[in-house]
Amino acid sequence: MNLFKRAEIAPLEYTRRLWMRAWIAATLFFLYAPLLVLIAFSFNDSKRNIVWRGFTFKYYGKVLENDGLMAALGNSLTIAFLATVFSIILGTLAAVMLWRFRFPGKTAVEGTMALPIVVPEICMGVAMLVFFAKLDWPTDLPWPLNLSAITIAHITFCFPFVAMVVRARLAGFNKEQEEAAKDLGATEWQAFRDVLLPHMKPGIIAGALLAFTLSLDDFVITFFTSGPNTITFPVKVYSMVRFSVTPEVNAASAILIFLTILLTTVALKLQDFTKATA
Amino acid sequence: MQDWKQHKATFASIAVSPVLWLVAFFIVPLAVVWLYSFGRNVGLTEIDISGTFSNYGRALEPLYLEIFGKSVAVAALTTLICLIIGFPIALAITFAQPKWRPWMLLAIMLPFWTNLLIRTYALITVLRTEGYVNKSLGWFWEGASSLKVMVGMAPLSTWEPLPLLYNNFAVILGLVYVHLPFMVLPLYAALDRLDRSLIEASLDLGAGHFRTLTQIVAPLAAPGIISGVIITFVPALGAYLTPDLMGGPDSQMIANVIERQFKRANDWPFGAALSFLLMYATFILIALQTLRNRSAERRS
Repeated sequence: MNLFKRAEIAPLEYTRRLWMRAWIAATLFFLYAPLLVLIAFSFNDSKRNIVWRGFTFKYYGKVLENDGLMAALGNSLTIAFLATVFSIILGTLAAVMLWRFRFPGKTAVEGTMALPIVVPEICMGVAMLVFFAKLDWPTDLPWPLNLSAITIAHITFCFPFVAMVVRARLAGFNKEQEEAAKDLGATEWQAFRDVLLPHMKPGIIAGALLAFTLSLDDFVITFFTSGPNTITFPVKVYSMVRFSVTPEVNAASAILIFLTILLTTVALKLQDFTKATA
Repeated sequence: MQDWKQHKATFASIAVSPVLWLVAFFIVPLAVVWLYSFGRNVGLTEIDISGTFSNYGRALEPLYLEIFGKSVAVAALTTLICLIIGFPIALAITFAQPKWRPWMLLAIMLPFWTNLLIRTYALITVLRTEGYVNKSLGWFWEGASSLKVMVGMAPLSTWEPLPLLYNNFAVILGLVYVHLPFMVLPLYAALDRLDRSLIEASLDLGAGHFRTLTQIVAPLAAPGIISGVIITFVPALGAYLTPDLMGGPDSQMIANVIERQFKRANDWPFGAALSFLLMYATFILIALQTLRNRSAERRS
């Protein structure tokens, strides 16, 4: 009786059904079309930005000549690099501490460590603003010290992510390996460096890339900690977006999108992505 | 697991820096904001922490209650739309061929890795009056109009671009756009763990696909659905950028009001009180979720 049922599709093969494919296609269109339009029109030789008038790189040239924007990009990359380095160290230590030791108040420490991940960005932003204002944190230091306030804020919200990723990795560690190393005469430090650290390495790399992207992307928290001399790339783009929609903003955004895609690709390659998730 | 007392030196060398950092640059800043929320402005930069509750009292004024209510409504609607869009997607990924699964997940995740500001800006460029959406709609409108002329009817009135930006519609659309991956991933994680034979049994016993979904899949995946709802709702409630850039004068959300107290109105104590109210709301939701997970673990 099932005239309209295509027999070759098994009941659970939802992905092969037409309505489901249409739904996926529509969702992906919704997610990607605005970004693709943005990238495409960063190459468009027209100020009005909607009718295609030929291919050009000139807006990329303009972005490269825009000193304010390039300085902001430099600041962002510096902050992201510093925040990543510190987050790796703090995050790894935190992960090892929580994985290895039983101590009073552990649940409280664990909970507090998760807070920067869940606290609304705006609340963290104002907390940083108030904190640095209260301390009278100097704002006229030479570069890169003037970025210290933003960097500190970024480390605070990045390192719990690193701790989370590394701790997940540690869950699969066979403790007998470390004990064997110590039985064979390794010191605490040698066992850490030669046994535990190599095991944690994939987790640390994944955490580092996560921290770098989070830092590079952050707008809200940076918005509250940056001063007139410490503009980051997203803060600069924000002020340009507020002003108007221009091909130059498109080009600047496209640069950041390419950077993100590059980082994501590297991250997935390093983690042997298809094997890890399949 | 080692006891810290037997390895005091090692424990101290590992624990001291992350714990100190967390206290100095997270707990202390939040504590200062918390104290400010009980203070009042004296002079331009001086804040006197007098232990007053007047800031919280002011937050209960109808104007701010309305904004709070509106933020909750907007976040809830965003979450609902994300659930409706995301559930079939998660289902499709779960039952896709294994070789396709990571790529489908990546397709959902990649925009999530892209800068929030840039995604919002991309949405603005297609939605604005001269943007693609309005242009395509205008093109269809004119097509329909000339079609009517061809069959001898009066043409349609001239095309008026739709106001797609700077209103509540734009804010919700923007929030859905940004938060969809937050919903899909926990849903996928829950559906992936599901015992497929239960679904097959339901289908074999004569239930339709829809009935199987509502009576078998949904209850079994309920923990994943709830955590997806919370993971989406919490950031949507505290969203600042989307209502700021895409909203109109009447689509202010709570985060925008907080920002204004700190950056423009310069009423830090009131802003501090509002930001702690938002934080309490977040904590309550997350605590409920954690408690639920714990009791579920204990049962199984």
